[in-house]
Amino acid sequence: MIRCEHLTYVYGRGTPFEATALTDVSLAISTGEVVGIIGATGSGKSTLVQHFNGLLRPTSGRVLLDDVDIHGPRVDRRRIRQQIGLLFQDPEQQLFEETVVADVAFGPRNLGLSDDDARARARRALELVGLPPDRFGPRSPFELSGGEMRRAAIAGVLAMEPRMLILDEPAAGLDPQGRRDILEHVRRLHRDGALTIVLITHSMDAVAQLCERLLVLDQGRLVADGPTRAVFADLSRLTALGLGLPQVTLLARRLGERGLPVRRDVLTIEEARVAILEALAVRGRGVL
Amino acid sequence: MEFFRGLVLGQYVPVDSAIHRLDPRTKILATLLLLTVMFAVREFAGLAILTVLLVAVALAARIAPAYLLRGLRPLFWLLVFAVVLQVFFGEPGGHPMFRWGPVVVTRENLAQAAFYGWRLLLLVLSTTVMTLVTSPMEFTDGLERLLRPFQRVGVPAHDLAMMMTIALRFIPTLLEEAEKIMKAQMARGAEFTRGSLPARARALIPLLVPLFVGAFRRADALAIAMEARCYRGGENRTRMHMLRFGPQDLVAVTVVAAAAAFALIPPAAWRGH
Repeated sequence: MIRCEHLTYVYGRGTPFEATALTDVSLAISTGEVVGIIGATGSGKSTLVQHFNGLLRPTSGRVLLDDVDIHGPRVDRRRIRQQIGLLFQDPEQQLFEETVVADVAFGPRNLGLSDDDARARARRALELVGLPPDRFGPRSPFELSGGEMRRAAIAGVLAMEPRMLILDEPAAGLDPQGRRDILEHVRRLHRDGALTIVLITHSMDAVAQLCERLLVLDQGRLVADGPTRAVFADLSRLTALGLGLPQVTLLARRLGERGLPVRRDVLTIEEARVAILEALAVRGRGVL
Repeated sequence: MEFFRGLVLGQYVPVDSAIHRLDPRTKILATLLLLTVMFAVREFAGLAILTVLLVAVALAARIAPAYLLRGLRPLFWLLVFAVVLQVFFGEPGGHPMFRWGPVVVTRENLAQAAFYGWRLLLLVLSTTVMTLVTSPMEFTDGLERLLRPFQRVGVPAHDLAMMMTIALRFIPTLLEEAEKIMKAQMARGAEFTRGSLPARARALIPLLVPLFVGAFRRADALAIAMEARCYRGGENRTRMHMLRFGPQDLVAVTVVAAAAAFALIPPAAWRGH
């Protein structure tokens, strides 16, 4: 659905502050995928996704949505932004309306929907993120808790009814319960809403649980692109890039080093549980 | 899309040059002197001398000319407007050069327009050069020191300087935040650059509300952080970087003063000798 061809982006061209943020990035994301983007701070993750909905224009290279160049002459930028929902980091900053429901309806209203339709969409979106519209809708967005604000902001993007949802660190700065809630909602959006998801995060655990495929960025270059399990198989490389492994994968490795023959490529707690029980059974037989 | 791209004024470029190393007081006073002289000058020759001086300073400070010109870009329309106004609606009388319906363009008015345009350019150029070679910190340090004698008559020099430091410090932060919020709202289908004037004004609400909320939050956090480090105003405060007025500053002041004096002497006086 989205394809980048030799994407290069230079910030502050022609000033003393010129800096290359992305160098020759080529990738494709298909409908229905859940893709994680990981990389150290400043590796270009946020810059990359801002190209997906045309907020940034590539210095060179192309971005295509359904094989159409999004900077082509007859492309309606607003339609691109409706289809590719982008949630920025700390999205609670974007809240501004007097009520939650009005804020969430901002996107649909911009798309030219009537007040009633926009409101209906807003209510549906609030429902999707677990904020019952009857209770939360009439409240001021500024009196919500951190986690609720975050979810209201996500609803603000969902109300556009995009086909792809890009989330930039959606769980950062939330307490553990808030973090679990957000990730659970993302998972559900993919499962029930058939949304294509792109998740930027520093949490290896989150991508291990959610993403089938990982893109790894390093200093503006795409250095790895493959199934999550394959990417996490190369610990030394990830460490060199300033990244790490999910906790459970690390646990499995440690157990392996201590002599318990556990599969080293587990990604979730459930997989780890099964793998450890299997390993114990194998060892049990060996001892007997 | 990058917003605020043309904004150079106040964007300090850290380079090590003789000009950058000057005492900020020297730079402030020199700029003030030049600005005053620019208003006092009556002849093209004077403007030429000041232009040569500014170009020399910019070269010595190793400012890329393209970067400097970029900073003048926002001024372009104002300049065009001022010049056109002067050419067509200047004083009556003089030598007509050409006629265009009821409008008469005279040689005198054309010269006047060129003079005012050039002067406007120089005014902006001189302040731009100063902000490019003086870090905001140095600038407020220098200003505080220059204002200190006026403390006796009730000028709160330190507080003024501190307020300015904070304001300057947060300009880039606020711009960055404004850009981010703008993008976030654009991702929700907002348009900031299209539509009628009232529509555009209304489009600013989703930008301004979050920006103000953020600014207040930041101000609060900053106040707490300052108090946590026992800030209580300027009394008995010592400085990490002491200002030193050295021989190079004396040279700089002399050069600028000399150029200013030359610029003020009317060419007729030269010819008289």
